[in-house]
Amino acid sequence: MNDARRYQMALAALTLATLILFCLSLLVGPAGIGFIDSVSALFSERRDAIALIMQEIRLPRALLGLMVGATLGLSGAVLQGYLRNPLAEPALIGVSASASLGAVLAIYTGLSAVFPPALPLAALAASVVAVLIVQAMAGRRGSVLTLILAGVAVSSFAGAMTSLALNLSSNPFAALEIMFWMLGSLTDRSMTHVWLALPFMLAGWAALLTLGRALDALTLGGDTAASLGVDMRRVQFLAVFGTAASVGAATAVTGAIGFVGLVVPHLLRPLTGGQPSRLLPTSALGGASVVLAADILVRIVAPERDLKLGVLTAIVGAPFFLWLVWRERRKVA
Amino acid sequence: MPETRKGRALFAPLAAVLALAYPAAAAPAPQRVVSMNLCTDEMAMLIAAPGQLHSVSFLAADPISSVLAPEASRYKANHGQAEEIFLMQPDLVLAGTYTTGATVDLLRRLGIRVEQFAPENSFDDIRAGLRRMGEVLGQRQRAEDLVADLDRRLAAVKAGDHDGMTAAIYYANSYTSGSGTLIDDVMAKAGLTNIATKFGYAGMERLPLELLVLSDPDLLVTADRGYSAPALAQQGFDHPAFRAQAALSGAVDLASRYTICGAPFTAEAVRLLSQGADARKAAPK
Repeated sequence: MNDARRYQMALAALTLATLILFCLSLLVGPAGIGFIDSVSALFSERRDAIALIMQEIRLPRALLGLMVGATLGLSGAVLQGYLRNPLAEPALIGVSASASLGAVLAIYTGLSAVFPPALPLAALAASVVAVLIVQAMAGRRGSVLTLILAGVAVSSFAGAMTSLALNLSSNPFAALEIMFWMLGSLTDRSMTHVWLALPFMLAGWAALLTLGRALDALTLGGDTAASLGVDMRRVQFLAVFGTAASVGAATAVTGAIGFVGLVVPHLLRPLTGGQPSRLLPTSALGGASVVLAADILVRIVAPERDLKLGVLTAIVGAPFFLWLVWRERRKVA
Repeated sequence: MPETRKGRALFAPLAAVLALAYPAAAAPAPQRVVSMNLCTDEMAMLIAAPGQLHSVSFLAADPISSVLAPEASRYKANHGQAEEIFLMQPDLVLAGTYTTGATVDLLRRLGIRVEQFAPENSFDDIRAGLRRMGEVLGQRQRAEDLVADLDRRLAAVKAGDHDGMTAAIYYANSYTSGSGTLIDDVMAKAGLTNIATKFGYAGMERLPLELLVLSDPDLLVTADRGYSAPALAQQGFDHPAFRAQAALSGAVDLASRYTICGAPFTAEAVRLLSQGADARKAAPK
């Protein structure tokens, strides 16, 4: 009873925070437009400079922050529940780096210029491969260690291939874009990117959100869950496909943003009474808040530098990760 | 001819002093020159006597960066690495001041004379750079001819009446050029005001798309669009907000090869901008 109430409060607070951060994201930018002007320009029919800035530059940026953050939080929560492993996260197990590789191959070969959906599709395909490799390496009862090692291997390989592909491009700018693919950014993304990513993200979210009950059962162990009528093959398909589709699409348009999927579910787990089904929506909202906040900070801290988002999420995420590893080590010892 | 002899006697010590102060001026002209920087490549190709220039950098043959790409195929290409340049046994190496510092140090330790040239940031820099290259290569007259050619081409561009017209240059990755850059001087020579300078930018700086749209320049100049291989850097040119602004402003696409390095051909950039501004003025707003 108390748990349920706390969960409802958390859900309400996170919804409010996400809403506020989304509005703030629309209001922050180098052009320094006043509040009333911004809001009226957002719904203006006239295509003047301010309307252009609000509708074509800031709106897609805020929308993508919301969508990508929700994707990372949600998929982190699902992966941790499904793999029953506190260190599972799209970036750590190599999904983000592989999605980057897929996207890079689609963009720099010119394929996505001819056929735009090739971009999210290639990222999706590469993410599926990454999840399947890591899962095969870690095995069904995989330890934390094997999962992380397999994730590190897949990540470094995908990262190296991404660098190679960019270095081999005859365009001199391509090599400099390694940073974007490794650290992620929302700068100057457009509605084109939103429309490109949205269908894949919606499909991924739908798949992931149906997993709540199955993940609850999985906390009792795989065999118990199976005896409770959970179809493990279906769960695997939905978790892998949902993560690959949503994270693939997110990475294809904003690059790989690390640590959000790791930190957010951990922070919110105490508020959900240890029930994965409650963790899923809260983590989605929490992830959206974190990415929106990081993207606002990027614009306030160093507006002229085009600081990458991954820099900020890593500053917060890496110490947290070390703390988790430390705790795991004590548990083992 | 006593006068001449007297004159020679008078000037001999002066010549000796000059020779000490400016060894380059007095030394015999180098016969096997290797250039390892795109800008020195182009200047040397314009100024050197036949047979004097042995090798230029591989960039000189890239038609996107180099105006003299067809000429570059007459020379051996180098990749700016000490070993390959040493093996070419040059008596003079031409290099830029910013890049390949380690290579330059190594070549000097190997006893090779290296002359470094700073990038040109104005038409005055171009004139000074051409004259210095003439001096270094022992081709002063050729250098003076080129300076005269530059001045003639600049004078031929009618700066026109572009009073109060503003221009913005937008490169890949939403960079722009502020004060103290060659493109800023090019805009000034075309009678245009650079909005980046109005924002107080100096050198290459990021111009956020929001500010570009807000400043609403009369002429929107783009560069770096010529690469056939795709990269995210060029996505800015496809952004809906950028396209909308480009439709409002006059638009000129400037091939970067005219402004990466300064030479008489940089006057072509002035002509293109001036032409764009004329067209913009004629078009109804």
